[in-house]
Amino acid sequence: MKPKQVNQKVGKMLIYITLIFMAIVSLLPLYWVFATSLQLPSYQNETMEEPVNYVESTPPKLYPVGVKEYFHQWQKREAAEDAGNDTQAAYHDEKMDEVVTKTFEGFVILFERTNIMKWLLNSLYISIVTTVAIVLIDTMSGYVLAKKKFPGKMIIFWAIISTMMIPEQVTLVPTFMMVQKLQLFDTHWALIFPSLALAFGVFLMRQFLLAIPDELIEAAKIDGASEWKIFWTVIVPLAKPAMAVLSIFTFVLMWNSFLWPIIVLNDENLLTLPAGLKTLQDANLASFKLLMTGATVAAIPMIVFFLLFQRYFVKGLSMGGVKQ
Amino acid sequence: METNTVTERKVQQRSTTKSKTKKVLKEMYKNKVAYLFLMPKLLFFFLFMLVPIVWAFILSFQEFNIMGSTWIGFDNYITAFQSKVFKVSLWNTFLYTVVTVPAFVITALIIASLVQPLGKLSQSFFRAAFYLPTVTSMVIIAMVWRWMYNYRFGIFNYIIGWFGFEPVNWLGQSDSALPALMIMSILIPPGAGIIIYLAAMNDIDQSLYEAARIDGANAFQRWLRITIPMLKPTTLYLVILSTIGSFQVFTQIIMMTGGGPGNATETIVHVIYKTAFRDFKFGLASAQSVILFFIIMIFAIFQYRTLRDHH
Repeated sequence: MKPKQVNQKVGKMLIYITLIFMAIVSLLPLYWVFATSLQLPSYQNETMEEPVNYVESTPPKLYPVGVKEYFHQWQKREAAEDAGNDTQAAYHDEKMDEVVTKTFEGFVILFERTNIMKWLLNSLYISIVTTVAIVLIDTMSGYVLAKKKFPGKMIIFWAIISTMMIPEQVTLVPTFMMVQKLQLFDTHWALIFPSLALAFGVFLMRQFLLAIPDELIEAAKIDGASEWKIFWTVIVPLAKPAMAVLSIFTFVLMWNSFLWPIIVLNDENLLTLPAGLKTLQDANLASFKLLMTGATVAAIPMIVFFLLFQRYFVKGLSMGGVKQ
Repeated sequence: METNTVTERKVQQRSTTKSKTKKVLKEMYKNKVAYLFLMPKLLFFFLFMLVPIVWAFILSFQEFNIMGSTWIGFDNYITAFQSKVFKVSLWNTFLYTVVTVPAFVITALIIASLVQPLGKLSQSFFRAAFYLPTVTSMVIIAMVWRWMYNYRFGIFNYIIGWFGFEPVNWLGQSDSALPALMIMSILIPPGAGIIIYLAAMNDIDQSLYEAARIDGANAFQRWLRITIPMLKPTTLYLVILSTIGSFQVFTQIIMMTGGGPGNATETIVHVIYKTAFRDFKFGLASAQSVILFFIIMIFAIFQYRTLRDHH
């Protein structure tokens, strides 16, 4: 190999090492959530003088101790069985059970004693309903704004688009008052309806549908299709890629939304996951193991969702970047 | 004679405006389907966007009362600017933005530049690894960072212990709480920024690099003279976007410090939240919101101007 090639190889290696190190650092907090949720709380085995709480130990344990302890007890049990010592074997067998129970006890406590199942379902329900509604009404308005000519079109378009950069906090108080006036306070509609006013979807769908040739619509018209039929048979199939991007973004936005739910929801049975997690932390009764278990339950659906639809996340973000 | 023509003209004018409105109405009737399609969006947009925006400005000049609000002119704005907490929150939010936004954009640029020359497979792997932590809700991130910053059991004090540092009460001291929140923000990977930069980099015309290579430019020179200038629109977009986001910092505050210790980590949105939903001073909170709105606007315009003109 020429020295230049060697240099390139070494350079590439260095880049990989740097990137992998950075990736590990950035994934560390998530790992810490999972590791703490499975950490062994207050446990004592035959070699220890008093019970140890590994969740709150100094220095912190970097992995769930239960895994190692389970294998330790398993080996001890095998050894005892080989030696024919039944009481000893039964003791280690019990310890193995204890390790498993204590490792997963956070999940049991969480689902038995808190409303997390309800919060999970609430989050799912609100995110799905909002996503379906936004995609439908924004595709409808995006289509009309892209393909129809009618008085007031540009005024409507610019009125909607100009609100895109206004942060939700600016209208927090009046939107809250509106929600109260319409008697939606402490209902899920208080989360769903205001989201339907967002401008992003209209912008996205209009941009996308501008590129669709008019001839397709004209041809359907000549065939005598009604407007509603044209929308469903011509526009919707063509708009699917943009609809997918919009669905993903709306779903994530609603799933992670926090400020608004803690303002308009009061009833603990109605909370969404992030708002529910806040009440867990505020209650100050839950151990860090329990809090991190709650965080795990909240994080996993989104991680799975991301890994399934990664393609659309990337597409959506790139679209956003290109529009300048 | 003259008066006659004037009236005639007026009549004519009236009839043309009349026929014009008639024409528009006719046109509107012909396109009634278009309005029907727009109806649901316009309904929600009107109720939950347009009215609240106007209302926010109106409220900011009123003292809110359930029995009826009273107009008090600029008093809310004066109160806001006289309040120590609000001034501190402005300063903290400003500091937070000035530190985290450049860190966000520069980290994104560096990581994207390192990832881009690698193969397609490596690109999508690192894209996922860096984006994954950002799809997780900030509530979760804040909860785990609060735990990591814990004085006695936190992993942070353990790690700095390796290098011989004494444990720090990160979130419990007024001089370290805000820096701790900044460190957290910097160490969360700029997932969106990386993806947006990567997309923009993949779009750069390869012949530019070829030409530079023939002229004998090395990799770093090509990056500095071609990549960076070509990415300027993307950089501008990211700076503005992350600035707007950074001015809204809230979740970390309420989950990790509650604005404390003292007012050390108060931010604008947290103050708005407290003013409105703890003290129920809706007028004052609206004035604070309007101030936030103008600050964001001024920043965005300023950044747009400087980054657009400056090479």
